[in-house]
Amino acid sequence: MNTKEEQSLFKKGFSRREILKTAGIGSAGVILGATGFSGILTAFGETPFVDDNHETKNKVNFYGKHQSGILTKNPEHAYFVSLNCTAKSKVELKEMFQLWTRYSVQLMNGHLVEPDSANKLLPAPDTGEAVGLDASHLTLTFGVGPSLFEKSELGMEHMKPHELKDLPHFPKDQLDPRYVGGDICIQACADDPQVAFHAVRNLIRSARGLVTMRWSQTGFNSYGMKDKKKMTPRNLFAFKDGTGNPNVDDTKEMDEVVWVQPGESESWMSGGSYLAVRRIQMHLETWDRTALREQEATFGRHRDTGAPIGKSDEFSDMEIERKENGKSVVPENSHVFLARQVKDRMLRRSFSFSDGINSDTGSFDAGLLFISFQKNPQQFINIQNSFGRADKLNEYITHRGSALFACFPGVKKGSYLGAGLFD
Amino acid sequence: MNRFIKVTGLLMLSCGILAGCGEDVSHETAEKEESVQTKASSTEKEVSTYKQFAIEQLDEFVMATEGFVEAVKAGDVEKAKELYAPARMYFERSEPIAESFGDLDPRIDARLADIQAEGQGEEEWSGYHKLEYGLWEEGTTEGYEETADQLLKDVKELRAKVETVEVTPDLMITGAVDLLNEVSTSKITGEEEIYSHTDLYDFKANVEGAEKIFEIFKEKLTAKDADLVKKLDENFTVLDDLLAKYEDGKGGYVSYEKLTQEDTKALSSAVDNLGEPLSQMAIVVE
Repeated sequence: MNTKEEQSLFKKGFSRREILKTAGIGSAGVILGATGFSGILTAFGETPFVDDNHETKNKVNFYGKHQSGILTKNPEHAYFVSLNCTAKSKVELKEMFQLWTRYSVQLMNGHLVEPDSANKLLPAPDTGEAVGLDASHLTLTFGVGPSLFEKSELGMEHMKPHELKDLPHFPKDQLDPRYVGGDICIQACADDPQVAFHAVRNLIRSARGLVTMRWSQTGFNSYGMKDKKKMTPRNLFAFKDGTGNPNVDDTKEMDEVVWVQPGESESWMSGGSYLAVRRIQMHLETWDRTALREQEATFGRHRDTGAPIGKSDEFSDMEIERKENGKSVVPENSHVFLARQVKDRMLRRSFSFSDGINSDTGSFDAGLLFISFQKNPQQFINIQNSFGRADKLNEYITHRGSALFACFPGVKKGSYLGAGLFD
Repeated sequence: MNRFIKVTGLLMLSCGILAGCGEDVSHETAEKEESVQTKASSTEKEVSTYKQFAIEQLDEFVMATEGFVEAVKAGDVEKAKELYAPARMYFERSEPIAESFGDLDPRIDARLADIQAEGQGEEEWSGYHKLEYGLWEEGTTEGYEETADQLLKDVKELRAKVETVEVTPDLMITGAVDLLNEVSTSKITGEEEIYSHTDLYDFKANVEGAEKIFEIFKEKLTAKDADLVKKLDENFTVLDDLLAKYEDGKGGYVSYEKLTQEDTKALSSAVDNLGEPLSQMAIVVE
């Protein structure tokens, strides 16, 4: 195979769906010849450019002004992982993100991360469990945590934005060290849980020696359909979650709430966003024996419609100051009332989780993988502080995990994830 | 530890015994053998060096087992305990070859759990781990004389049979990765030496066995991918240094029970970091 052929093959990518169709030709499907992939890498230099493939079904674009998986609507399944960085230098870290850039495009194109080799004594370069599955609206979102900047061997102390620091202790926090912090995070979301998992697995495999896994959490959302549109999903307390979110189609609003603007932080964060993640245990057993009226008073919304208390439409204005007989219609210790006490807003992007059984109590280990994006962590902190001890929801939930990550801006074609930080 | 299943796989690859295989598997095996045969001439030197290494290890294994068996039969519990783990290291180092013999390997190295998993009763149990049970759990050698005699017989038989093993590059490459897989699945979890907790001896020996295969292929590998060799050199050093932290100062290793969760995590991740590039060693046959 000459270089030209290799190049065209490379550009085409290796669709996971097409492999099945061509599998009859050779036993390994698409084969590149005995030299395998290493030859191609040499021919192209270290980081060959791979573009978004617009012919891919169910595809979200990788390249753009912002990373995917932040404004992307209606995520169904998430695999979130927090990593420790064990790279010995900034150069190693930079090379890892360059590789992850190429792999991310391949994964979001629904392609193999690398084509198979003809040498069957080698393990397959792609772990393969997504073969036959399409891109499934896979999004990949990468961020870095405050602890990454404290590693002197990386020499990045001076690049740390002052707002990037561990989240403060909030009232009623009961954090479990097994779900706290991290140097790097990957949020993978897809319509198919196996596609999300496959993406994270291959990224981590490609970075053995540079990262170790610190903690991870999967999550899911299910959407009822109305007039062919997805409705607001319900959390495991059966309440609609995300009704009050800002409008992701409103560019101006997103610039105000989600995206770091030039001059607002370190320059490498312009166009990026801060990801706050909380692993919130929900005490389903106690919730299930709570009267419906109490449950509704806890959230400040009606359960079935999602409407503000005393109203019938989910998207009606909350009108938080409404009073009846001198008393607030929306209880003052309800979750929504307290959230509206602060002017700050954030973009919530949460998932339910169910992780088997709590071995100490025998109850469900289930809850909410809370993820929010905001241009400044203070927005999340102010809202969380407003809940404080007053929030009636505190009776039914316990915050077990917590971390904050600075998510890079989007990647320009030809560039790579975090270029502004590592160059 | 799915040792019995794996042994079957290795036999097919190395000896070409296809009886009892499903159709798909034998097709696959034939394919592999063919590809290996075409390259066999170019790796003749490596293959014979490795066979020589395995024979030397098993020579040592016979001698060390003789000493161990003597101590057991003399009723010297302390001496036997002292000799147990170091003797086993010769076996663990040469495991890709030692376990080619599907009947001998379990007779020498099966844990009670393996026997039970095979649907056999405790009376079928023999070998090192049975003596381990006597020494550490019961604190005696009494009643174990026959087991000791049989062990020595089996070990000598293994040594004799090793001459007949057809060593292939495939066996070496697969063997190196398998050695690390053994570490990941049973040694790092303390499930190999559940009475003596001498797992780190086996751990070290498995790593040395994999490193030996890497050393043998190093020259050829350097010509194909010098970066891979550098990476493997570095990762072996990291793992060796990490293991050195657990030396007991008397030429051995601390008990597995002394390891904290942080320790096992660090060791496990060093093995994974090494295993990924080690699996790329197969480019040597291209």
